Amino acid sequence: MNTAVSLCGVKLDNPVIAASGTFGFGEDFARLYDINCLGSFSMKGTTLLPREGNPTPRIAECPEGLLNAVGLQNPGIDKVISEELPKIAGFFHKPVMANVSGFSLEEYTEVCRLLDDQPQVGWIEVNISCPNVHGGGLAFGASAKAAGQVTRAVRRVSAKPLIIKLSPNVTDISEVARACEAEGADGLSLINTLLGMRLDIRARRPILGNTTGGLSGPAVFPVALRMVYQVYQAVRIPLVGIGGISSAEDVLEMMLAGATAVEVGSANLVNPFACRDIISALPEAMAEGGVKDLKDIIGGAH
Amino acid sequence: MKRCVYVIEENEAIARNTYRMVFSGDASAFKAPGQFLNLQVSGLYLRRPFSVCEWEEGRVTIVYKVVGAGTQKMTTFKRGREVDVLTGLGNGFDTALSGPRPLLIGGGAGVPPLLMLCKALIKEGKQPTVAMGFGTAGEAFFQEAFLSLGVKVNIATLDGSLGAKGVVLDACRMDACTFFYACGPVAMLKAVCAASCSDGQVSLEERMGCGFGACMGCTVITQEGPKRVCKEGPVFGKGELIW
Repeated sequence: MNTAVSLCGVKLDNPVIAASGTFGFGEDFARLYDINCLGSFSMKGTTLLPREGNPTPRIAECPEGLLNAVGLQNPGIDKVISEELPKIAGFFHKPVMANVSGFSLEEYTEVCRLLDDQPQVGWIEVNISCPNVHGGGLAFGASAKAAGQVTRAVRRVSAKPLIIKLSPNVTDISEVARACEAEGADGLSLINTLLGMRLDIRARRPILGNTTGGLSGPAVFPVALRMVYQVYQAVRIPLVGIGGISSAEDVLEMMLAGATAVEVGSANLVNPFACRDIISALPEAMAEGGVKDLKDIIGGAH
Repeated sequence: MKRCVYVIEENEAIARNTYRMVFSGDASAFKAPGQFLNLQVSGLYLRRPFSVCEWEEGRVTIVYKVVGAGTQKMTTFKRGREVDVLTGLGNGFDTALSGPRPLLIGGGAGVPPLLMLCKALIKEGKQPTVAMGFGTAGEAFFQEAFLSLGVKVNIATLDGSLGAKGVVLDACRMDACTFFYACGPVAMLKAVCAASCSDGQVSLEERMGCGFGACMGCTVITQEGPKRVCKEGPVFGKGELIW
């Protein structure tokens, strides 16, 4: 039985990648289990300068999921390179995925340029879809034109595989996907969170300090699956399926829709061992589905 | 942190909207009073964090107030039910800082972790005093539990139905203690810090995603930059917080 796949030319022992924003820089999870069982993990979204993030509350419960409005809290690229990557080298011995966000084309470009020199970084995931910051993130992912501009700018400074992380909060995700492919993206990851909100009935006010937040968890899995299925028909570059994946069966379903690999996010927050559990359940789920080699089922539903 | 399966041994109301839940299970991850556990409530997505009231080998107690769907559902849990918990979370109080006469200040649902803290301080030969604030007499709990430890207990209620009328600060003298430990609503913690003459530690609460440091959902901005209530906290030094 073979679980290995190749994502933009870099081998993954299995398609399970811990999603950015749910796994920090890996350290807290590496204390719980040997995270070398992962395909990889995507580091906390990194900006040029340190960011303190949004006011709390940043989290709200939802049916089969949660809203978050963390707002890209991170130590900034200099500290990620000088402190986090060396720490990661001590407990994770595979290529790691860097996740980049920004508030201007220049910021995206500079952070990607700095990451391009880092041998540990296997892929750069460019987040143009964070719904929780103003003037950045989603502003670049909301139109095909802006998404194409970011892709073109970061392509110029990076030889690493570039994966553009797409937002579901658009009219036509296939159009955005095609624009990224045309400007040189090596892959696409989708979906980021769906913009949502909750109110406190007694206070008659939003629960989240940021008013709105991004919905994730099993609630969004069918939406993510549909978008992966659509985008698979629109582009030829590999896709990373993200959105509510919580079991080995979800992984197979997402791959059948067209994903080469998957990211597991919210599940890590509820069960810190979620990625390990999903990976160890893969062989049995494959056997039940009559799958001998995982890469054979990519896009198998089309 | 340890992920455990706990078995509910007791789940009983001890005051208005306030329940005491006792579990049997592995308590070995708990190291300091003021740490918390994160409990999975079936049918809800995120776990619910609760400060631990007491633990001993094989036995853990929490006291929870009904504030929403999660805690409401927990009131229906029967003896013998198994629950999935992450244990030994957060830093907890530091008893070494207390000096000889620490003051323990609790507001409502913030009182429970002070019981274990009080016992730990007494064990170390300290002479703690306890001050508790509640809305009304029907919401008060743990007077007997603290009195049976031989400590002085001062109570205030907002409506004056038990103890002094007013907030917890109306029931205690901040100038007589060598150190204070406080747990309760943010407004109470701010007022306690402002009125204090000594150094102290406060336990914060915040809506959490994971409870173990992964999601950055519960960040508080401190003098040393952003910290996670669930990981670097929930207990912070008075001087760390920007109020």
